[in-house]
Order: sequence, then structure tokens, then C-alpha cells
Amino acid sequence: MRQHPWLFLFPALLIMSISAFVPMMTVVNYSLHNIFAGSSPEFVGLENYAAVLSDADFRGALVRQLFFTVTILLIEIPLGVLLAHAIPHRGSGMALSLVLLGIPLLIPFNVVGIVWRLFAQSDIGVIPSLAALAGYDYNVSLHAVDAWLTLVALDVWHWTPLAALLAFSGLQAIPPAYYQAAAIDGASTWSTFRHVTLPRLRPVLTIGVLLRFMDSFTIYSEPLTLTGGGPGNTTTFLSFLIARKASSYELGYAGAASIIYLYIVIVLSYVFFQLLSGKQGATAR
Amino acid sequence: MARIELDNLSHAYGTDASGAGFAIQRLNLCWEDGTANALLGPSGCGKTTLLNIISGLLRPGGGRVLFDGVDVTGKSARERHIAQVFQFPVVYEAMSVFDNLAFPLRNRGVAESSIKPRVNDIAELLGLNGLLQRKSKGLTPAEKQKVSLGRGLVREDTAAVLFDEPLTIIDPKEKYDLRRSLRDVQRALKMTMIYVTHDQHEALTFADRVTVMKDGAIQQTGTPDELHRNPATPFVGFFIGSPGMNFFDVEFQNGACSVGEMVVPVACANAGPARLGIRPEFVEVREDAAANCLHCRIRVVEDTGVYKVLTLETESQQLKARVPERFAPAEGAAVWVWFREEALRIFPAQGEARP
Amino acid sequence: MKKRYFLLALYFLLLFAPIYWMLITSLKTDSEILAEFTLFPKQITFEHYREIFGSPEWRGSFANSLIYVTLNVLITLAVAIPAAYAFSRWSFRGSHHLFFWLLTNRMAPAAVFMVPFTELYYAMHLFDTHLAVALAHCLFSIPLAIWILEGFMSGIPREIDETAYIDGYSFPRFFVKIFFPLIAPGVGVSAFFCFTFSWVELILAKALTVTEAKPIVVTLTAGIGAEGVKWGLLSAAGVLTMIPGALVVYFVRNSMAKGFSLGRI
Repeated sequence: MRQHPWLFLFPALLIMSISAFVPMMTVVNYSLHNIFAGSSPEFVGLENYAAVLSDADFRGALVRQLFFTVTILLIEIPLGVLLAHAIPHRGSGMALSLVLLGIPLLIPFNVVGIVWRLFAQSDIGVIPSLAALAGYDYNVSLHAVDAWLTLVALDVWHWTPLAALLAFSGLQAIPPAYYQAAAIDGASTWSTFRHVTLPRLRPVLTIGVLLRFMDSFTIYSEPLTLTGGGPGNTTTFLSFLIARKASSYELGYAGAASIIYLYIVIVLSYVFFQLLSGKQGATAR
Repeated sequence: MARIELDNLSHAYGTDASGAGFAIQRLNLCWEDGTANALLGPSGCGKTTLLNIISGLLRPGGGRVLFDGVDVTGKSARERHIAQVFQFPVVYEAMSVFDNLAFPLRNRGVAESSIKPRVNDIAELLGLNGLLQRKSKGLTPAEKQKVSLGRGLVREDTAAVLFDEPLTIIDPKEKYDLRRSLRDVQRALKMTMIYVTHDQHEALTFADRVTVMKDGAIQQTGTPDELHRNPATPFVGFFIGSPGMNFFDVEFQNGACSVGEMVVPVACANAGPARLGIRPEFVEVREDAAANCLHCRIRVVEDTGVYKVLTLETESQQLKARVPERFAPAEGAAVWVWFREEALRIFPAQGEARP
Repeated sequence: MKKRYFLLALYFLLLFAPIYWMLITSLKTDSEILAEFTLFPKQITFEHYREIFGSPEWRGSFANSLIYVTLNVLITLAVAIPAAYAFSRWSFRGSHHLFFWLLTNRMAPAAVFMVPFTELYYAMHLFDTHLAVALAHCLFSIPLAIWILEGFMSGIPREIDETAYIDGYSFPRFFVKIFFPLIAPGVGVSAFFCFTFSWVELILAKALTVTEAKPIVVTLTAGIGAEGVKWGLLSAAGVLTMIPGALVVYFVRNSMAKGFSLGRI
């Protein structure tokens, strides 16, 4: 065991530095300048940050973002745990369930958007046709509530399988003796879940919550394809806002917004991580 | 506390790689109230299955389980008031040791005021009093096993305590301590205990009565001494004792038989083929030729420090002998052996194949 | 027991309803799609699929996607396996912080990196190449792969390494002959996740390509938003993009099941 760990880490760190560190510094650089197409950048210090933080658009997007993320986490994680309990523990039933659950995860994000757009589009979709039968005028491009609900449904549809797969792997790792002991100790179903299942699922659920938090907080393609951020800006989330600013060459604003955004993601992830993993330090073990 | 009876029990269990299943068939057994018992057998013999049937985690395919004469076959683990300690220590890791011990009482709605003294009593008995406030996650495996046992003992109405190979993952150093505390608890509480293991040493030192199982069937039940002195089947003879019994296929004629050139004068009414069994302790070895002895060559000498185990070779087969430390001849030497008559056992020839 | 399977069946029904809808839309004629609401095509047509396979643009972008995804998986595994080994076997100064730093990159919103990436790869003369997209995706796939692999490797006792050295194995030989087979399910699962991520990602793939390496996901969105979206064509393309994913799931199902039953994901 004489090999040095850094030797093993070097290739990964090299790629990560090029892929992450350089662009990150570029973003920081943007955020400190006022950049307009054609003219040379002008150093403006933290002005862009002030502009972002006082911008109602940014704050609106942030609130929507938080609300969206909390909503889908509250649905996806419990639903995933419930589903994991329903998956057969062995045999072909298990393999089939795992394969079926894996499929939504492998559909390109924008195709997920297309699938749901087909499903929810007012002139050709299933949902509007069914809603019309119930006397409800369902229209994603006109009603903010419909757009919002459809987006939540999309995300739940797309990502609950991930939570279910993670929870299932956690359940599989619980030795049967724990359940036998709980039965002998006279624990009720709820008590067994609370004291045997849940503590043992904690590591995988930590991973699940973190992944879903990061990914839903950075959601971009789905609202782009499904709603285009509308109606109005009711489904305009942070990534969406930043990409829009960047593509209209407000790079200073976009850069500052990106840094603030990333900062929020990292801090919240860290908080989640600490809360869920029960102070085990900064590694997922 | 209860007397546990198995009445005509049948159950199919497990499948090996070829898909063939094993089965317990028409098994009858009784464990008296307040005794320490062991269930001993090689892996796959059905002992864990039997244990799970007793605790109510498994429902037998047929037959009855009786506690103090009452049929509990259809009852759940909880209703049977059984305690079970598993091979791998089971503790509720998120809880403290105290909460672990209190868990079964709380599940039964016992008042907090009576939980505390009871938990303290049990903790005292098991030597856990210093650890009550610790999280159970950080305990050693031996301490976890004690907590696991404590959860069974804490209920006043526990009918019996079942152990499923409880020492498997315990360090050798702690093994001795834990085994002794289990024994002490049994003596102190006079509880019915059933200890499942494949280790004869654990079984014989823990239990007053040991039941030997093989392939889902009971071979023999008896005290350690009985099993050793008077094995009911060649399997028991071979499985118990270190090393196990030697066997010879013989042909009886006129009340005697011969092993090689040696005539063995044992009484046997029936003429014909049989199997002769002799424990290595009762194989006498001498260095000089004598009348009516079996001529052997020493193949291997294993020195345990207290005694030596010889693997001997005749023209047709091998046998083992246990001899004192001072026994000098080395590997390769020629020796002569004879058997102590009072220790010879005769088994039917059409028994099981030699294990 | 019955109730559980009922729940599962109901869930799968809901899961596949939208996919079913896309599938049948891809088989309908354009006039049927717009004219009425039918749960099954009145007249099955393959014209949309024919159009896709007949178009060099569609075929090319399909191939582009497969190329950069494969590149990404290979690069990721090549660097993540040693890195995960380092994290699982040594606890060196700063290892915890490094691990968290790697994870924070997984958190970075792709939208944040869009413009700087474009500039970076322009400067490196990699813009609009498969390698550019593959490397950009590494930003997300490497941390994830390290995370998963580290979990698998930590589950393998160090004694195995030590025994191998005592038996006179050189490190590379030990790694290939002994260690790799043990973590193979983990490698399979990591490859699965890298493939998934790279295949489904849109933002960076779109930002870093123009024509030469244009991925299928971008070609797919080209028609969206314009007047008179070709729904049939779009659905057919959507169905086609799901096929590689379904194939991958099918092939890794065993190592997935193994990985899951080990509880190490």
C-alpha cells in the first residue's frame, strides 16, 4: 500500500479542474464586470450582485424555485419509499419492476417535456380531453395553476422512480433478523417502520433527497419544453431566468445570479446533508 | 416460563443449488420448563428453521407447537412471549441502550414508572448498567448481543429464550465471557432456553440437555455425557467428540467379529454385518507387538499440548487415536492397537453412510 | 400482499400512460392527431419514422449523441475508478473536503456553465466536437461515479488488498484480477448513471455544438415553438430516443439487481 492517493486522484482532478474550476472563474469574472456585446468589459465590483438581489424577477424565480422543490420532495420521497415496499424482493418480478422503474430516468429531459406536452397540450392531449369531460377547462398555456400542476406531475412522474430505486436498495440491505426481532418485541407496523426501516434507510434517503434537491433546483429543460416559463412568468425558474439573461448577453447579471444561485444550492445541500446524515462529517459514507 | 413441546411437526424448508428441498418430518420433542437446552447439528440440518417455528416467525407445514400444553401453533411471535437472540446482533441503532431495553415494554403499553426499575434490573443482571445512556450503535458485538438478550428478558412473561448461533461474530476473547453470562442468566432466572449451534463445544458447555439433528430429523437427545458415552447413531458418534468416533464394517459370527487380524470379543445376539464404533480415547496404542492387536502405521501426529491425536493406517482403512503427551513414536512408526471392550458400540450395518 | 401488487400495477399504469400516448401519437397521421381524440390510431402509419430514417440530419445527430455518450462513460470510468479507490482506501489530509467539493460540482446548475463553457472550448479548439460535450458532461458524471463507486469499494474489506500483496500480486495485477471483478456491479451501475445523465442532458450539449456534433436532443427541439409543430414527427423521434435507454436498462439489469440487493447504491 505504498501508492500515494494523489496519484489516483490526479486524472479526475485534472478533468474536474478544467471542466469546473476554469469556467467557475470565468463566471466570477463576468459577475464583476459590466459586459456589453462589442465594447470592452468595465469593472463594476459587486454592482451586479446588488442588481440581482434587488431584482424582483430574480426573487420571484427563487421563491417559485423553493416552492417547487419542496413540493416535489414532499411527494417523491414518501411515494418512492411506499413503492419500494411494494416491489417484490426477489425473482423475475423484482428484475421487471427495476427495469420498468429505470425507463423514465433514461428519457432525455426535453423528451420528457415532449411526452408531457403531448399529454397535456390543449389541442391534442389526453388530460385536457379528460378534463373537458369533467367540465373543466384545462389549459397549460393559459392557466398558471394548470401549468404548475402539470410541471409537478411531470417531475413526480420522471423522478419518483429514482427515489423508489434508492429506497428499494436500502430495504434490501436490511437483514430480516431486524424485522423478526421487532415482531418478537411486539412492535406495531408503524413502530417497526419508524424504528427499524427508517433509520436503516437514512443513508440512501439522504442521497435521494440530495440528488432530487440539486436536480430539481436546477430544473431547466422541462419547463422550457412544456410551458416555456409561462403563462406569464409563473413557471420561470432560476436556471431558466439565468439562461435567458445569458442568451441576451447580460453576462454580468447572469454571472452574478449564477454565483448567488450556486451558493444557495451548496449551502442548502450542506444543511440537508448535515440534517439527514446525522453529523457524520462532510462525506457520504 | 414454559415447557415447550413439538408434536408431530412437519415442515419443508430451504432449497439447495440443485433445487432439492429439505424437510422436517414428524418430529416430536419436549423441552422441560426452566432447563438449558441446545440444538446441535451441521448447517442445513433444519435447526434454525425449527427455532423459527418455535418462536412463531414461521408456521409449520403440519403438526403442533405446545407451550405448557396449550396449542400455540397459530399464534404470532408476539403472542407467544418468546425472546430470540439472532446470529447477527440486532439492536435499534437509533436508540440508546435504555430505550432498546424498554422497547418491548413500551410496545405493550407498560407505564413508564414501572419500565425504569425493570430495565435497571435487567441491565444489572447483564452487566449493562454503565452503558444505559449510550447509543446502541457504538457498542461492541458482545454488548449488542447482551442488549438483544436483554430485550427478551425484560418482559416478565417471557416463556422461553431462543439463541440462534449467538456467538458467531463475537471475538474469541469475548466469546468466553458472553457464554458465561448466558449461562449465569439461565441459572439466575431458571428460564427455558434453547441454544442453536453447529459448535459442539458451545452446545455441550451451555446446555443440560443437547438434541442432535441431521437432515431435519432428530438423532438423539441427552446430556452431554450420554451423547458422548452412548451415541444413538453413528452420526452422533462422529459429530460429537474431537475427533469423532472410528467406525469399522464388520461381520458377526458366533458372538464375535474381527477387524483385520484382530478378533473383537463383543456380545451381539445377531449374526451378520454390522458397524463397530470406538472413540479415539478408547483406542489403546502400544509400541511393541502383542497378541490379538491390529498392526498400524502412524500417518500423522497432531499435538494439542495436552494430548496427541494420531491418525493411524491399517492395510485397509484409517482410524484415529487419542494418546497422552508422553507418547513418543513419530510419524511413520509401526504400532499395535487394541480397543477397550466396554467402550465399543455396535450399530446396524444398513445405517447411514459414514459421515 | 395483494394490495401491494395492486399499488405497484396501478403505478406502472400511470407511469406508462404518457409513454403510451407518445407511442400512439407517433403512429398516427398528422390529420388524426389534430382532428380528434383517439386512444388507438385508426390507421397505423410509419411515415414519421420513415421521414426520420430518411433524413441525414436525424441520423447524424443520433450517431453524434451515441458517440459523445460513449466517450463520456469511458472517460468517467477511467478517472473515477482510481479516484474512488483513493477515497475508499486512504483517509488523507483534506479528503473529506475534496469529496464535498467534487459533489458541489454535481450541484452546479448547467445553465450557470453554459456561456463560460462555450468560451473555454472555443479557446481549446474543441467547440462543436464530440469530445467537448463528453468532457463537459464529465463535470457531472465524475462526481456521481466517484460517489457510487466509493460506496461499493468501501464495502470490500481492505484485507483483500493486503492478502493480494502478501501473495505477491503487483498492484495493477491485483486491481485487474481481484479487485475489479468484485466491484464490477458497481462499475455497471456507475456506467448506467453516466450513460443516463449524458444521454438525457440538453443544455450543455446544445451550447457546445452547432452542426458537427449536434445531438439528437437538440435536433428534436428544433421544431418546438415554431408554428404548426409536427407532433407526429416529434413523437416518433421521442420514441427513438427512448430505445437506447431501454436497451441499457435491459443489459445492466443483472448488475443493477445485484447492486441493489447489496444495498450499495
